[in-house]
Amino acid sequence: MQHATPLVVRDITKRFRHRRRESGANGNARTVTALSSVSMEVGRGEIYGLLGPNGSGKSTLVRIVSTLLLSDAGHAAVFGWDVVREPARVRRLINRVSVEAAFFKKLSPAENLCYAARLYGLSPGEAMRRAREMLDRIGFPVRRVNHPMEELSRGQQQKVAIVRGLFTSPVLLLLDEPTTGLDPRSKREVSAFLRAIIAEHDATALFTTHDTEEADRLCDRVGIMCAGKIVAEGAPEELKSLVQADGAAEPTLEEVFMQLTGKRIEEQDAG
Amino acid sequence: MRRMIATARMKARPVYAFVGRSFSLTKRYWPWEVTWLLYSIAMVLSIGFLAVGLGRVSGAPVPVAKVLVYLLTGSLLWQYLSELFWETSNMISYERWEGTIESTFMAPISRVSHLIGMSLSAACYTGARFVALVGVCLLVFDLDLSKANLPGALAVLAIASVSLVGLGLMAACLPLIYTEKGTQMTSVVEAALLMVSGVYYPIEVLPGWLRFFSRFSPMTYTLHGMRAALLEGAGLRQLWGDVLPLAATAVILVPAGLKIFAWAEAYCKRHGKLKRSG
Repeated sequence: MQHATPLVVRDITKRFRHRRRESGANGNARTVTALSSVSMEVGRGEIYGLLGPNGSGKSTLVRIVSTLLLSDAGHAAVFGWDVVREPARVRRLINRVSVEAAFFKKLSPAENLCYAARLYGLSPGEAMRRAREMLDRIGFPVRRVNHPMEELSRGQQQKVAIVRGLFTSPVLLLLDEPTTGLDPRSKREVSAFLRAIIAEHDATALFTTHDTEEADRLCDRVGIMCAGKIVAEGAPEELKSLVQADGAAEPTLEEVFMQLTGKRIEEQDAG
Repeated sequence: MRRMIATARMKARPVYAFVGRSFSLTKRYWPWEVTWLLYSIAMVLSIGFLAVGLGRVSGAPVPVAKVLVYLLTGSLLWQYLSELFWETSNMISYERWEGTIESTFMAPISRVSHLIGMSLSAACYTGARFVALVGVCLLVFDLDLSKANLPGALAVLAIASVSLVGLGLMAACLPLIYTEKGTQMTSVVEAALLMVSGVYYPIEVLPGWLRFFSRFSPMTYTLHGMRAALLEGAGLRQLWGDVLPLAATAVILVPAGLKIFAWAEAYCKRHGKLKRSG
């Protein structure tokens, strides 16, 4: 299994049924297709970016790979382990950083990280030593490690969330819009830190974003997602060459997205 | 040997994670914890004073010492068992409010270890509060425990705790499945237990149709057994009628709670309900 592909997704489909609120409790349910027969692979050491607007299905796919959601059809495997049949094995190999820095807000970063370390079977002392190093590298003021999370800025909270996702040494890192809401400087710091740490740990990452510049800067390959489908994938340069007219300047990924989907990336997918 | 100890420590860490987290939260929320404890003390003492004043209210002689132990047993046990049930069943709600439910559920920890950790954390927290409440009652009231079989009473309490944890695990499915109303639903279960279990009165005063339900509540047997041990000094032979159903419910409810929780988790994963709310 060690030589298996870090992430294989085959024909994953996921639909959600939502009750129409305006019709009351007995109203009809409407079905929303969040993912429609999505297939992709992420190779070892690769940072694969899923680029798409809000509601395009990126987080749904990450949740399925994280063993938090069951798909209606298709399958996904992490290093050969099926996410539905072998969730315990998959969980030992992954960790996730989500767009919301979810913590016990009254507890300090140190207390939250100790809790996470124990959940992963790590010694809190050793894990905290590693976490402090990472916090320092990512630009978190380590003197604030014992302050309650609720007293930290959004950027500081997100940096703690990123360290929580990394200090357990996952071999597949699921980064679900980890830099959304950060200021440009923090974004750059986080991007650089992620690049470095993924390389150092020989890890692989699935990175979702709706920031085209970030996808271009950070990702080895990018899958463009729209309305629950991957409409194109490849290295940023390959994607740009798909839509570049002869003699014209190299397009941005934002222009590639518009050309391929007919939409602006800021538009929310109706789902 | 050293390797075995290291492995055991590694396996125990995820279970202890919940106890450590609960301890840290209690420290951080200490003003709230002090307020909550004062509220509980006032509730228990009020029931004690009610027992002491019952003779004056009725105008007839009342065996105050017996009534005091009877009502305080009910009040203290209700504080402990209802809190244990509430803490176990609402651990999931706390995770939803804080938004940590997804990171906890995707951690590489078996669900059994997760739920044992949750239950152990609830038992430590409620056990500490129970000891404080008992201490205050012993200071305020002149309790006649000369006939009491304290080891017997503690044994009943220990078995009841396991049984209530099983019931709490079942109820924990409510906040798991019903993301917005699950917590209120567990309150309904708790209120029903209060009504049918004979916390403040003998179940014989209940109408027949309600008394039918009291036999399904582990609290009914706990209260009956504890009162028999404390008031009459009942030994194991006399307590058997309460211990046996309690042990049976513990043996049934804990695995059933785990099974139902696993089903609820799968349901949530199918319908995308393992997300933050509140």
